[in-house]
Amino acid sequence: MPQTSAAETGTDATEDTAFEIAVSTRNISKNFGDVEALNDLSLEFPLGQLTSLLGPSGCGKTTLLKIIAGLLEPTSGEVEVNGQKVTGPGPDRAFVFQDFALLPWASVIRNVAFGLELRGVARSEREAVAESYIKQVGLAGFENAYPHELSGGMRQRVGLARALAVDAEVLLMDEPFSAVDEQTRRKFQEDLLGLVQDQKKTFIFVTHSIEEAVYVSDQVAILLPRPSRVSEIIRPSSFRGKGVDNIRRDPEYLDIVDEIWTSLRRYVE
Amino acid sequence: MMNRSLSLKVLSAVILFGAWEIAGHIPVSFAFPTFMESMGALMRMMGDGTMLDAYAETLKPLAVGIAISAVLGIAIGVWVGLSRFFDWLFSPIFIVMQAAPLAALIPLLILAYGIGLTSKVLVVCIMAMPVIVLNTAGAVRNTPDSIKEMGRSYLATDLDIILKIIIPAASPVIFAGLRLGISAGFIGAILAELKITPTGVGDIITYSRSIADYPSMYAAIFSIILLAVLFLNLLERVEAALFKGNQRGYASD
Ligand SMILES: Nc1ncnc2c1ncn2[C@@H]1O[C@H](COP(=O)(O)OP(=O)(O)OP(=O)(O)O)[C@@H](O)[C@H]1O
Ligand SMILES: [Mg+2]
Repeated sequence: MPQTSAAETGTDATEDTAFEIAVSTRNISKNFGDVEALNDLSLEFPLGQLTSLLGPSGCGKTTLLKIIAGLLEPTSGEVEVNGQKVTGPGPDRAFVFQDFALLPWASVIRNVAFGLELRGVARSEREAVAESYIKQVGLAGFENAYPHELSGGMRQRVGLARALAVDAEVLLMDEPFSAVDEQTRRKFQEDLLGLVQDQKKTFIFVTHSIEEAVYVSDQVAILLPRPSRVSEIIRPSSFRGKGVDNIRRDPEYLDIVDEIWTSLRRYVE
Repeated sequence: MMNRSLSLKVLSAVILFGAWEIAGHIPVSFAFPTFMESMGALMRMMGDGTMLDAYAETLKPLAVGIAISAVLGIAIGVWVGLSRFFDWLFSPIFIVMQAAPLAALIPLLILAYGIGLTSKVLVVCIMAMPVIVLNTAGAVRNTPDSIKEMGRSYLATDLDIILKIIIPAASPVIFAGLRLGISAGFIGAILAELKITPTGVGDIITYSRSIADYPSMYAAIFSIILLAVLFLNLLERVEAALFKGNQRGYASD
């Protein structure tokens, strides 16, 4: 058994110290009865960057994300967001759900404004905010539609707009693009890169897809299967500045995808 | 759409009443009047105030019973759905209430509460409340975890989660329970007037049968069914207005 700690891949170990850390998880363990989902997992998420959690199904990615969100309590260990210990959900974090989690009886605008509604923001004010984010995610004109009238991709945009509308510093995204078709997904990935650039927010992004992780991330954390811990942290560096159209052809991009696949394939058998 | 469903409703009414008219002419039984005779009796009773007086009586236990069943039924149902303890405490009562043969309970009710309004209201409640409580509780218990979790992550309080997530999510099943419960409440109101003391519409039915005035008897029965149908339609409108997006399934389906 290879007892991996944060391993030496690329250039990370030296670079880590250079970033301001927005979220850090320390020695997180989580048991569900007999099932050990996470074991002594420590990971840091740099401010203003996008970190992907990549790993095989059932390895505890969602569990980790929910612990950071304050929706689940870790069995041991702790999470800090901006230096503050997490004890529950807070205004500094917003969640984008894999299954959208929209309110079917509420219109798009009410769904997007829901986080603000719960915070007691006055109706006209929150609808104005919601409207601008609806526009930003490309759903202008659908304010009064109901979720069942939208496609899967449009529903996820509503989920994204809802998370953006509360203006949290940290966005937690659980496989947000897994339920949409390949073309929409590529468009979302490009949009996400844009968001990371101009939103000064910290993104924590769970995905199954190696290509997606490498494409959108400043940092990819690879998790081992249960009980889960971080096996490697990879920081794609050279192709980030080359424009969204060239990334998929970049040799470093292809190398990293390959490298991750090599290290993960033994767990798939 | 709207027009089509309206014309379908009119069509089915025409077929039903036509069949009634024909059956009355055959006649299937000497005690079965034609549709037209019954409508004549209905008009007459509406004209001379008999109907008005009768409904003034019948609506009292009906309205009170249904109001209590709806408000209390939904409140208890939400509670039972949220808490294992209340489930343990209340569910058996309502399951027994739903299963119990009401006719056998009526003598007991009369013994305990007399022959007045109280007993009649209780009959309506016994008929209407169990299905409202059990449906509400089931729906509350089955609220999808993902939207409750969404609420928590966006800082909803427990009360927010109940009022803004659980109840709207449960509303289609709550309304289904209300429809069933209210129909049963109408049955209960008439049953009470037939079995406890003949008043109101129950009195018209009993009396006109005793003097073999069958058109009046059927007119009374027809009027109560008509009232129930109108009321259920109204309820449907209320639901549609309150929870528009629920009309066509769930977003996460
Ligand atoms: N509420 C729970 N009760 C019991 N076990 C759970 C619960 N939630 C998660 N688990 C277990 O914890 C492990 C990790 O689950 P988790 O959902 O975090 O995986 P994941 O990495 O998100 O998987 P996927 O990629 O398939 O979404 C799984 O083996 C699962 O069986
Ligand atoms: Mg998951």
